[in-house]
Amino acid sequence: METNTIKQTQETLQKTERISGSEAIVRCLLAEGVSTLYGYPGGAIMPVYDELYKYQDQIHHVLTRHEQGATHAAQGYARISGEVGVAIATSGPGATNLITGIADAQIDSTPMVCITGQVASHLLGSDAFQETDIVGISTPVTKWNHQITKASEIPEVMAKAFYIAKSGRPGPVLIDITKDAQFEEFDFSYEKCKGVRSYKAVPETDENSLKAAAKLINAAKKPMVVWGQGVILGKAEAEFKAFIEKAGIPSAWTILGVSAIPTAHPLNVGMVGMHGNYAPNVLTNECDVLIAIGMRFDDRVTGNLATYAKQAKVIHFEIDPAEVDKNVKTDVAVLGDAKASLAGILPYIRKKSHSIWRRAFDDLYAIEYEKVIKNDLHPTKEGLTMGEVMKEINIQSKGEAAIVSDVGQHQMIACRYANFNQTKSNITSGGLGTMGFGLPAAIGAKMAAPEREVVCVCGDGGYQMTIQELGTIFQQKAAVKIVVLNNDFLGMVRQWQQLFFDKRYASTEMTNPDFVAIAKGYHLNARRVTKREELAEAVQEMMESKEAYFLEVCVEKEDNVFPMIPTGASVSDIRLS
Amino acid sequence: MEQESKQFTVSVYTENNIGLLNRISAIFQRRHINIESINSSVSEIENVSKWTIVVNLTEEQMKKIIGQIEKQVEVIKAYYHTEEEIIYQESSIFKMKSDLLFDERQIQNIIKDSNARIVTVNKQFFVIEKSGRKEEIELLYRELSFFGIMQFTRSGRIAVSKEEMKISKMLEEAFNH
Repeated sequence: METNTIKQTQETLQKTERISGSEAIVRCLLAEGVSTLYGYPGGAIMPVYDELYKYQDQIHHVLTRHEQGATHAAQGYARISGEVGVAIATSGPGATNLITGIADAQIDSTPMVCITGQVASHLLGSDAFQETDIVGISTPVTKWNHQITKASEIPEVMAKAFYIAKSGRPGPVLIDITKDAQFEEFDFSYEKCKGVRSYKAVPETDENSLKAAAKLINAAKKPMVVWGQGVILGKAEAEFKAFIEKAGIPSAWTILGVSAIPTAHPLNVGMVGMHGNYAPNVLTNECDVLIAIGMRFDDRVTGNLATYAKQAKVIHFEIDPAEVDKNVKTDVAVLGDAKASLAGILPYIRKKSHSIWRRAFDDLYAIEYEKVIKNDLHPTKEGLTMGEVMKEINIQSKGEAAIVSDVGQHQMIACRYANFNQTKSNITSGGLGTMGFGLPAAIGAKMAAPEREVVCVCGDGGYQMTIQELGTIFQQKAAVKIVVLNNDFLGMVRQWQQLFFDKRYASTEMTNPDFVAIAKGYHLNARRVTKREELAEAVQEMMESKEAYFLEVCVEKEDNVFPMIPTGASVSDIRLS
Repeated sequence: MEQESKQFTVSVYTENNIGLLNRISAIFQRRHINIESINSSVSEIENVSKWTIVVNLTEEQMKKIIGQIEKQVEVIKAYYHTEEEIIYQESSIFKMKSDLLFDERQIQNIIKDSNARIVTVNKQFFVIEKSGRKEEIELLYRELSFFGIMQFTRSGRIAVSKEEMKISKMLEEAFNH
């Protein structure tokens, strides 16, 4: 053991080189396997950019058009690949522009490392040009953050940053590096982080909790699973599928959990939550055992907690102990990594089919189909629906595309109707609900998985929040397919105004530009569809395009998304109209 | 049923890092909970800091906040205690005019009876130090305020638990992992 340590130290010493802090940062990124990063240069980060220039054959820097775009692109990259996304920006406004993306990554558990330049250490606290306390500002929205003022700290802190961002429940980490630390030379060597003594990435799974959970599941007459992104983040798709198949449990998803199993899986009963499917919402309040896996009982999922699944025993598979009993009181908490826990419980699970109970889901689906889905997908009225656009995308993609959505009505429609055959295919801003997420996230997703079709579905509102990233798409030749479902409204807010504010449409009507002309200004292929007859062919043209393609579909102006659980209502009081 | 708010003392063992105060206080701030007192110091373990935080909230809120605190990367372990589960003290100092020592003889009795002590005396002022529970310090304050207090300050609570907090063992295990 001791000789090993000595040997390792010698090896480390031999690898030591005298380099600048800025070069060390790039070398750390390379050591962590980073091949692409997203960012925007500026004064306090220029030494690092100078090194990125030198290392450009090994690491690809993508110049976004706004730092917010860099974070969302890094998130898209992370969500489709499971790797850490990296964003880089200068101090001051560059750093503050990262905050929305960082907050989004924090609430959606996305592994991301953000690097910001900072004014020289002797200027800290002096209100220097482009100085901002980004460590202070980012504290509540990062999993961890740290300021580096000496080059010698760089290797250890960077290694820790990547370890923390991707281990356990993933999240964003911000590293702020003063300009003098970037210039300073030091003896560089790099070792990956293997652990942090005050941080337990994954809690140990108690075998007794597995047995207790299995006992409840085996005795259940009407069990129901609600799974979230934890299944995807934990790379537990196969174990999850084996578990629900053996137990024969109808399984519903949160919008971040979808695509963990194929949409067409017979046990998939749809989406829970505010605009989720009718059956899983209603039957949440009828099941006898509710098995939550890698999800956090967000208020958009539970509706009124006082009337949420009160009749059910609740089992919660969860990696983050702070989530247990946070919103819903659990009867059995299974702490740990979803992959290990689900594999661990399988031997205790008795094979069942629950065919009568599953029929209850089919019956309610039939009601939802008649009242909602049919009209969304096969409308008879003149105006185009968002649902029929998704149907055409499904026909063309055959479920193989990754769908990146923005936030609003179109997002709910995209999540409800998109078909997925592959995991990590639904990329959307869930917890934070960040309008403007879609377009830059699609860039990151496409660059991480160039072999995959990536379709960005936006509304006319959110699209214009980060529309400048068309410049990034053009410059990078990222073959993203962009669909804007244009109803000339901030549709979701308008829907609420209609339903809850007596149709007082306060600041929700949009006077929109010529979106096709803007896309063409960025030299993208672009087309506008206003009639049903053109839709299928236009979607086909878009999907067959080898390059980026912009498609505007002018949809019905005042359509609403249903089903809907009004705020404060119970999940079982979900409205179909 | 809504639980009743009561006073809890939180002990948090952490790495000694810049910025951790922000991180921990933000957890209370975002839930709109006022921190009654907060103290940070070295602990019985080398290179480990100990925070003592006093808050008023329901036990349910307390449990959730402990979870959020423990989740922070640099937090080793957090505990919460009721008043009965700890031995606690606060410290206070009073600055008063020296003339009073001679003109108002009962001040000396007050100091003696309250188990306070005089830290320093000079021509202009003298300084009294009193450690104890909040109520004892408040009583002394009331008694002395009659004579005019030039300056007064009281520290946050510091506390040790009656039960063992197994930090050293936890750290050993973390190292061995």
